[in-house]
Parts: sequence; structure tokens; C-alpha cells
Amino acid sequence: MARSFTPKVVTANALIEGDVVYLTEDDRWSRDHAEAELIEDEAHAQLRLLKAESQKSVIVGAYLADARRGPAGPEPIHFREAFRTRGPSNYAHGKQEARHV
Amino acid sequence: MYKYSDFDEAFVRSRNAQFRRQVERRVDGSLTEDEFKPLRLMNGLYLQLHAYMLRVAIPYGTLSADQMRQLALIADRWDKGYGHFTTRQNIQFNWPKLTDVPDMLDALGDVQMHAIQTSGNTIRNVTADHFAGAAADEIEDPRPTAELIRQWSTDHPEFQALPRKFKIGVTGSPNDRAVTKSHDIGLRIVRGSGGQTGYEVLVGGGLGRTPMVGQVIKPFVRKEDLLPYLEAIVSVYNLMGRRDNKYKARIKITVFENGMEAFRDAVEDRFKVTKREFGGVGADVLREIEAHFAAPAFRNVPEDAYHVARAADPVFRSWTDTNLTDHRAPGYAILTVSLKAHGETPGDATSAQMRLLADLAESYGHGELRISHEQNVILPHVHKSDLPALHAALKTEGLATANIGLVSDIIACPGMDYCALATARSIPVAQEIATHFKAIGLEEAIGQLKIKISGCINACGHHHVGHIGILGLDRAGVENYQITLGGDHTENMAIGERAGPGFAYDEIVPAIERLLRAYLDVREDASETFIDAYRRLGATPFKAALYPAEAERDAA
Repeated sequence: MARSFTPKVVTANALIEGDVVYLTEDDRWSRDHAEAELIEDEAHAQLRLLKAESQKSVIVGAYLADARRGPAGPEPIHFREAFRTRGPSNYAHGKQEARHV
Repeated sequence: MYKYSDFDEAFVRSRNAQFRRQVERRVDGSLTEDEFKPLRLMNGLYLQLHAYMLRVAIPYGTLSADQMRQLALIADRWDKGYGHFTTRQNIQFNWPKLTDVPDMLDALGDVQMHAIQTSGNTIRNVTADHFAGAAADEIEDPRPTAELIRQWSTDHPEFQALPRKFKIGVTGSPNDRAVTKSHDIGLRIVRGSGGQTGYEVLVGGGLGRTPMVGQVIKPFVRKEDLLPYLEAIVSVYNLMGRRDNKYKARIKITVFENGMEAFRDAVEDRFKVTKREFGGVGADVLREIEAHFAAPAFRNVPEDAYHVARAADPVFRSWTDTNLTDHRAPGYAILTVSLKAHGETPGDATSAQMRLLADLAESYGHGELRISHEQNVILPHVHKSDLPALHAALKTEGLATANIGLVSDIIACPGMDYCALATARSIPVAQEIATHFKAIGLEEAIGQLKIKISGCINACGHHHVGHIGILGLDRAGVENYQITLGGDHTENMAIGERAGPGFAYDEIVPAIERLLRAYLDVREDASETFIDAYRRLGATPFKAALYPAEAERDAA
């Protein structure tokens, strides 16, 4: 039986600010994980990653990260990716600062 | 303090101008990230989890008041109003924008600072004893040597693409506060048989995934031979070091795989050539550099105010008990200012704190500041009569914590709160240990203790040499913390022994509490420190405290 494919999102850092970004279905880069395109097909994931990597003047370090469907949109699975959606735990900096949460 | 020559100044300015153009070409798309990455790393610019990070060298940990003020200005203008002091005497800014970095580097250049070779496979910032030039036990100030090595290694054409990064640390005291045995090359200033000073040279130390204690490669190198001897070591490593596997590329592996004898022989052969080529140039430069590090004009005034304040104010007395070290000049002390206020991030300083420290260094400290690998700030030359005023001033910015050398004076790397390499967080673990032991009132009873925390196997937090080391790992997608016991960061460096299975994030602080309560139970008296008790009793009682269920099973 074929190995089941864990859904993915394409993530990277914005070239100028370094902030974490996610590729959306309509080819935007969102700062919000919930807006990411949840990719459930392995071949499609590779194509989306290639698309991301071609945008070398916009982002840096694109890769595929595991994710799952959530009520408000895709959610991260690994704790590293969860931290990337928020920012550091010692100060309310990064995304948590921008959203005033 | 060292003042840049015209050559230094022109070099730093031209490097900054080059980097400004490289950033422009990256932004306009003419450089890809693959092309740009080695260029930004050569200039100290990393990309981390949430943002870029600029790592600025503080050579041999020495800062002037003006340099500290400039770091505060950079933090305010281009970052988030703070900086993080690291275990290699660097400062890291965690939130710069790529397009602001050239301006930040120019601002550093204005105060004779830079970020060159704070990354990449080059000779990194040269570190030294943070009490250099002040310590009572010092044979000689190690900073002129460190500055000489900085000049030799900066942009050294042969050593810009070494098999791996290369770290050098220097101490001028027999009591090693620079962790020289954990460096690729460690230098200890020693007295030769004729009374003249030279260097004991250690090689092949390192922490990381394969921790090793540096070994003596040559017991005495004359001062005039230092640069050709270092050149010989690094050039032999450059050829012999492995490039097929980055985890086996450090000099410790080269020495280990080839054997010290073969490595030493190769160095001696090469040294015959380099010695002739250098022809004593290093010794001339060293003499010039030494003049920059002349001791300040120490005052000879009464200490009465200090003793009066100690008698009258228990808070002041407790702070002077923990935060002072013997100075070589009568009436003076070395003051360590803690960047480990309970619950704060180890090594972080706000711009306001930096400005206050700069002002106090000017008013009371002959204008000098130091950064320690233990992530604290030092005023190396303070007259004891000024300590009451200093203490009062430090309190205004939360800098008067009396905890140097205690359970809350923790080294912690940035961990997964910032670092792209990390496998778990370190900072919140340090914060919770510090606040917890303060809350349960055991900090003073526990006494001298080194806890060191790394958020990955690369060991920036020096966990292997902590009396208690904590290593954060990713175990099946969950943060997990391994404890090592019995490490030692001094001239008797020892690698700690792994205690057993790791602990979950919410179990690590209770585990440390069990461990330290066991220490309080088994120590002979209050004068026996944790590490002394561990050496006397071995790991057994401490493992039993960490793993009570297993201990019970074994006893049944």
C-alpha cells in the first residue's frame, strides 16, 4: 500500500523583513498560516514548491511543512512550525506583536 | 583599549561598502539566495526562524562606553530596543530588516566595531577572559594577544574557506575563565623557565555533537613565535581536515582521527617554514598593540564608604558577596552586573540598560566594559568606595540582581525561540528555573552552581560543561530535555555525564528541583558545593533523585 501523504503548506521567509510567510492558493504570500494553501497531493506539493522557489526576489528558504485542516484554515503540526506562526516565547514580538495578541 | 589604525578603518569601511552593494544586488534579483548566503554570512547576517539576525563581534569581550551606547542606538533605531549577548562574546540583534543591515554595519564602523567573520568557515571572533587586565590572579593581559590574532585572522586569504568554523580563546590567568579547553585552539599565557611569558597551546577542544577536551600540542611557544605557530596549526588543519562530512570537519576530529602525535609532527614541519616567512613581524605588532592596553590610572582613596554601606544595607551586602571578584589593584573590585534578573532572558539587555551601563562605566569604571561568555556585563575596574552609588544606579534599570554564580545565573542559548538550528526552546526553561528557585527560597542555600542550557546538540549553551547541563531535543515531535551532570568549564574541564532518559518540557523544572533537594540532603555542610558533592559521591544519589520510580524498583 502506498505511504499516505501528510498534507503540506509551502512556507518561507520574506526576503526583506525575514518574517514567516505562507503560499496561498491564489499565489499570494500571506503572513498567516490559516490562509495557506493546504496541499494534499504530493506531486502538486512539488509544483507549488517550485513555483515558490522561483520567486527569489520576494522570499527566501521555501520548503514544505506538514500541516492539517483546522476550523479556521490549515494548522501546523510540529511545534517548530507552531512557533513560526507566532514568534518567540520570551517577548510578544514577531507575529504576536503585529496582531496585538 | 585598542584604537583602529588607518588600515583597520579603511578595511572595515570598504567591506561595508561591498556588502551594501551585495544587498542591493540581492534585492534587485541579480544575486540568488545561494549566491548571496555566503556573502551575508561572512558579514554576520543569519536568517533565523522569525527574522534575520545580525551577530556583531565584541573582540575579547571588551567594549568602551561609546561602543555600548552605539549598540543601544542600533537596538533602538533598527531593532526592537534590545540586544542579546552570547556565549562567544558577541551581541546579536534579532529583528533587523535586510535592507537596514548596511546602515547598521556603518553605525558599527563609526565606533570601530564590525560583524566580520562572526559566521562562516573562518576564524571567528577571538574570545578572552572577561576579567582580563583586572584579575588578581592574572599573569598577563590576554587581550593584546587576542587583538594580534584578530588582525592576523581577519580576511586571512588562506583561511576564508576552512573545512569548518574555527574558534580561538585566550586566557592570561591560571584560573581559566575563557573555557580555553573547549576551543579549536586554546591559548594559556604561562611563565617559562627563565621567567619570560609565552603560551601553552591547546588544540582540538570543542563541544557540539562530539564534545572533546582540548589537549596540549606544545607546552611553551615563545611570544615571537605565536603567529607562525598558529599559522602552522591552521594550515595543517586546512589540508588535513575533512571536507566530506560537516560533522567530522572540526579540528577536534582531525586530531582525533590522525592522532595528536601525527598532527603535532605535521604542525612542526609546517612551523619550520612559517617561522622563516614571518621573520618576527608578529612580535613587533604585538608590542605596538600592548601599548593600547595600558592599565588605567587607579585611584588610591579610602574604602570606608563601601564598608559602611555593607554594614548598613543587607541588600547591598548580599550583592557585593556574589557579584564582586578580586582586583589586582588595592581598593578596587571587578563588578559583574547580572543580565539574569529572575524571569528575564539570560544575556538580554535593553537599550536603556546599555546606556546606563555606558554612563556608569564612564563615571565609575575608567570607561571600560566587558561581556562574559556567561552572558553578563562586567565593569572591570571599580573602586570599592563607588560601589554604593553604582548599586543604587543599577537598581533603576533592574541591573542589581545579586545572583552571580548561583542557580539563576544560567547560560542559555537562544534556542527555538529564535534559532533555525534549535530542536527545542532554552530561554523559557532558564526563566522558569530562575523564578522557581527564587519562589521556593532555595537559591541562597544551594549556593555556587553552573546550570547551562542548549537548545540543540551544537551546544552554544555549553551544556556539556555545566555542573548541571540541560540539552533540549525533539523527540517524536515533542520537546524533550536531557540532563548531564558533573561538567566543568574551568582549567579542569570535564564533559558532563548523561543522567538518563530525558524529561518533557513541563517535567524539567521539577526534575531540577528534585536533583537540588537531593544535593541539599547529601552535602556535608553548606561549604560543599553541588559539584564537590557530585565528585565525592558520584552520580548515584543524584540519578536516584531524578528517577525516583527506577530507584524504588532497583531497591525492591
